[in-house]
Order: sequence, then C-alpha cells, then structure tokens
Amino acid sequence: MATAVKEKQKSNVVLDYLRPGKAMPTVWCAGCGHGIVMNGIIRAIDKTGLSKDEIVMASGIGCSSRMPIYLDFNALHTTHGRSLAFATGVKFARPELKVMVVTGDGDALAIGGNHFIHACRRNIDITCILLNNYIYGMTGGQGSPTTPSQAFSTTTPYDNAEKHFEPTKLAIAAGASYVARTTVYHAPQMEKLILNGLLHRGFSLIEVISNCHTYFGRLNRQGDAVKMINDFKERSVPIARAKSMSAEELEGKIVTGLLHKKETTEFCDVYQSVVDRVQKGM
Amino acid sequence: MAKKERVLVLGNQACVEGAIYAGMRFYAGYPITPSTEVAEGCARELPKIGGRFIQMEDEIGSIAAVIGASVAGLKSMTATSGPGYSLMVENIGYAYMTETPCVIVNVQRGGPSTGLPTKVSQSDTMQAQWGPHGDYTAITVAPSTILETVTETIRAFNLAERFRTPVTVLLDEVMGHSRQIISLPEPGEIEIFNRVKPTVSPEEYLPFEITENYVTPMPAYGEGYRYVITGLTHDQKGFTTNKPEEIAPKLHKLRHKIIDYKDEITKLRAEMMDDAEIAFISYGSVSRAALQATDIARKVGVKVGCLQLQTIWPFPDKEIAEICGGCRKVIVGELNMGQIVNYVRSALPGDIEVVPLQRYDGEILTPMQLIEKLEEVL
Repeated sequence: MATAVKEKQKSNVVLDYLRPGKAMPTVWCAGCGHGIVMNGIIRAIDKTGLSKDEIVMASGIGCSSRMPIYLDFNALHTTHGRSLAFATGVKFARPELKVMVVTGDGDALAIGGNHFIHACRRNIDITCILLNNYIYGMTGGQGSPTTPSQAFSTTTPYDNAEKHFEPTKLAIAAGASYVARTTVYHAPQMEKLILNGLLHRGFSLIEVISNCHTYFGRLNRQGDAVKMINDFKERSVPIARAKSMSAEELEGKIVTGLLHKKETTEFCDVYQSVVDRVQKGM
Repeated sequence: MAKKERVLVLGNQACVEGAIYAGMRFYAGYPITPSTEVAEGCARELPKIGGRFIQMEDEIGSIAAVIGASVAGLKSMTATSGPGYSLMVENIGYAYMTETPCVIVNVQRGGPSTGLPTKVSQSDTMQAQWGPHGDYTAITVAPSTILETVTETIRAFNLAERFRTPVTVLLDEVMGHSRQIISLPEPGEIEIFNRVKPTVSPEEYLPFEITENYVTPMPAYGEGYRYVITGLTHDQKGFTTNKPEEIAPKLHKLRHKIIDYKDEITKLRAEMMDDAEIAFISYGSVSRAALQATDIARKVGVKVGCLQLQTIWPFPDKEIAEICGGCRKVIVGELNMGQIVNYVRSALPGDIEVVPLQRYDGEILTPMQLIEKLEEVL
C-alpha cells in the first residue's frame, strides 16, 4: 500500500515544481482553496514547456502571495499591493522571461488598485492570477474590496456599507486583453484558463474564486471548505449560458470561463519597435 | 591628446549623463518638479542605447519597477523630489532588506508636504538616511557642481553595485536647474563597478550568504539560480525566518557591510583646510557659496577653509574630526533647520565651537551671508 502511494506521488507532476529545501506545510489553513490554485498553476505551466529558469513569479502580501515561496521559480515576494509594479520592471527589463503575478483581492484591488489598472492599461505581457476569497485572511478576516455588501467580516461586524469591485470588469475596462474567471471547484477549467493566459501575449487576468472558510465562511455561516466549494459549483454559470440570462437571474451567480479576449499590441513589443526605430535614426 | 569637447549641461541632465556612463539601462519614474528633466533626459537617451524608460503610475510603482529591473540584471535608477521620495520609502526599505542595488536621485525642494515645488532646500538630508522604517545603514552622496553631478552619480552606481544596496543622490533645486560648461568624462576614464556574480553552482548558491565582506554575489533572473527574494526577514537561503539566531545576523549584515567599509564610501573635498582656524562645513549647492566665501576671506588674510561632504551617509565623523582638528570653530551651513549640525557637533571635540548657519525660506545661502557669519564668530 505504502509503495503504491509512493509510486503515485512520483508520477505527480506537482512535486517536480515544489521548491527544494522549503519546509512544508504551507501557511494555508487545511482545506484552503489556494492549494488547489497552486496545483492548477503548476499543471498549466508544465503544459507550456517553459523551463523553471524562464519563469518569474511575483507576489505581494497576503495568504495567496506566499505561493511563489513554495514554487521552484524565480520568486519575488514584494510589498503589499506592489507586485504588478515590480513585475512590470522585471518584464520590461527582460521581456524574454515569462512573468506571473499571484495576488489576492485585498492586495490587487485595495492597496494595489492603482498598479492593477495601469498594468491592464499598458497591456504588458504578465499573467496575473487573482485569488479572490472576499476577505483579508492573513490579518484575520477583515473586509476587502470584494467583500459583498451586507457580508460580515471583523471590520464589518454589523453590516458592510460598502459596495464591491468586480475585478474582471475592472480589468476589461482598464485594457487587459485576456480576462477569465473560474472557481476552485472547476479545477480542469482553471488549468485551461491559466494555460491560455500564459500563452496569450498581453496582460492576462485569471480571477479564481477561492474559499476562506476560516474567516469568510465562519463569519457568514457558509460552513466548511467542502460546503463552500460546493456552493461555488452551484452558483457558477458558464459565460455562454450567462449571455442569455437577465441581470436579475445572474444576481449572486459566478460567471465562469473566458470573459474577454482581444488581440492588440503588447507594451514591451511596441517599446522595442521604438528602440529599433530610434537606433536606425528614423 | 585631443582637447575634450566643452558642453553646456543642465544639472539634471548631468545626472542622466553620469548614470548612462555608469551603465544605467533602466529608468522608471513619475514627473515631479524640480526633478523632471532627469526623466525627460532618460526618455530621450535610453532608447538610443537599447535601454528602457517607463513612466509609472506613481512613485511607489517607479521604485518597485526599478527594483524589479535590477533583480532582472539591469542597472536601474529613478529620480524624484521630496513628496515622491516620501512615497518611495516603502520600497526603498524593500531594497535595503533584499539587498538590491539601485540609485534614487532626490532633487530636493522645500517641505514638509508638497511644500515649495520650485524652491531650493536641503531638508531631506535626514530622510535620505532614515526614510524607511527599520534598521539599516544608508549610503548618500551629494555633489555641488555640475561636473560632480556626473561623477557622483557614477560613484552612486558603483557603490550600489559594490555593496548591493540602494544609494541616494541628493541634489537640490539649484543643483538640478543650474547650467555649467563642463567636459564629460571619456569612456574608460572613470572605473565602473559591476555587481559580483556567483561562481558556484545553483545547488551550492546561498542567495543571502553572510560572506567575509558581507556582500553576496548576485545573479540575474533567468541565469539558473532560482531563489526567493522577500522583504520578510530571511535566512541565508532567502527563506522567511522568525528565529532569533537568524534575524540578528541578517540585520548585522545590512549594517556592517556598509560601516565596516566606510573608508571606501567616504569622500570629502577639503579646500584651504591645512592652516584653517575656522572651517565652513557644507554639502550640495551651499558648498559653492562656501568655497567662494572662503576665497574672499582668504584674500583679506582670514585663515578659513572649506570642507564639502560628498558622502553624507554614513556620516564621515572620523574624517571631519581629522580635517577640522586644528580649527577653533566650524560653521555648518545648511538649507534646513539643522539636519547635520548635531552630527558635526558629536564628531568634534568639545573645545571646537560648532556654529549653525541655516536658511529655510526657499532661497540659497549666499557667499555674503557666509562671510557675515564668519565676521560674527571671528
């Protein structure tokens, strides 16, 4: 039995990508959706055929932002909200590298909101995976820009008077050229959307709805990890079906799939053509 | 040898010339008076040499991109003024912690807050050392002429690369917006230092190893050395740590890689100090007035000298004590309410009187004001 488990582990592609020497477990709570996303990212990267040396994974601060530390790539674990700005520097300096950003709803949309919209606007070739669990997990359950109105958190103990962002709409409006959404329930779809985001030349955003049963789930009586992930499944609507549904019917639903794709010029490519022109004296 | 070409150069442009000479190939910045000509110069010049210029969404993003480009292997710089520097301090702290070489130019204007956008000041001198929170030791250089703006910017890059640390170049509005006719250094005339790369295999490489001189070789991303760079306190492998026995050595490294090698960093310009009984101590644009005041006073037989601090941080206390040891009095001229004067006081023995001369109304200290102060204390 033990041998069979070992054999199975050996064939697990995920193990090839964990950082050697890094002690486990992760900081994530048992049942946290972030592990499923890490798994999906690894499987997508494995399919691209890129070498580990070619990949830079940047992140900011928060639960999701710990991911680059566990993975065997060039890891840039930065300050809160700034990962896209750091990643812009890496990508622009070395366009041949594949640059990814792993971020959370607080990191990307509150403190990092300005960097987020401008990275979208530039359409710089960065693949951004936004793990949205509707709450600040690392600091213990405070409200974030995606915490729904009327949802509870430790900083909205009676009610949430604020309205929430929809990151995908924000990204599309700001100029991102590949925008998708999925949940931790939809593991195969997640892998495919991340893979296509990696293959897309331009700014790609893949929002993954993830479960924080420890804080969001507990404070809003949504149950344990399994119950929350089941709830994602039940509330999800594929984009093709959502197109024929009314706004009322889509209330409370999670629209999944590729939401937006546009072929347009990429920042580093355009800048390089400027450099070529200037150097030719044109 | 052919005579060198003489050119009229703006201070902020001189900074660009120095940076490019030093090998800077990446600039990220955000427009702010009185530093904007540095960004404009980089936007114009960098594409010609295959470098990269980007105008970021704010100063926080600018320094972030600069650090990102540096870990990707390019010598990188940003320029700003006080309000922008205030925004940058978060990620300048990240550069200290991650030991990332980069250069930050602060063309100072009056503060606090948005203050005096078009007026001169030296009131960010303390901020250059104590901007970010936490313990670290900063390097700050301050030129006083346009030619020095070229050479000190080159020196800033050399120090950043040598010590794997951010280095601040302190200019001020007068320095940035003055023009002088200078000869730019020829290629090869000034030595350029590039960061040391690892020679061991990736398996043996410790990205934050505490080496004999505390400085760890630094590969670029993509060169096969995959490791973690984090602003969290980390061990020699780069992994986050909460262990007391790993925390203290990391902070010790950040401090001692600088202060144990202070002799390589400190640079002063002493004029007519040999027999001086009174000395002007200053930096930046004030040093130009101090030099002129010294010339004028010497002509009427006053034994006065002029000491310019080209390195402000780490503070050159030992050297000031040596050079000013024979003086009765020193006059410390600053365009602020006294930011280095107490450092000078603690560097000198108690029998040398330290006289502050401060101006903080947005105007320069003139040679005549320095002479008036000299007459007062004679």
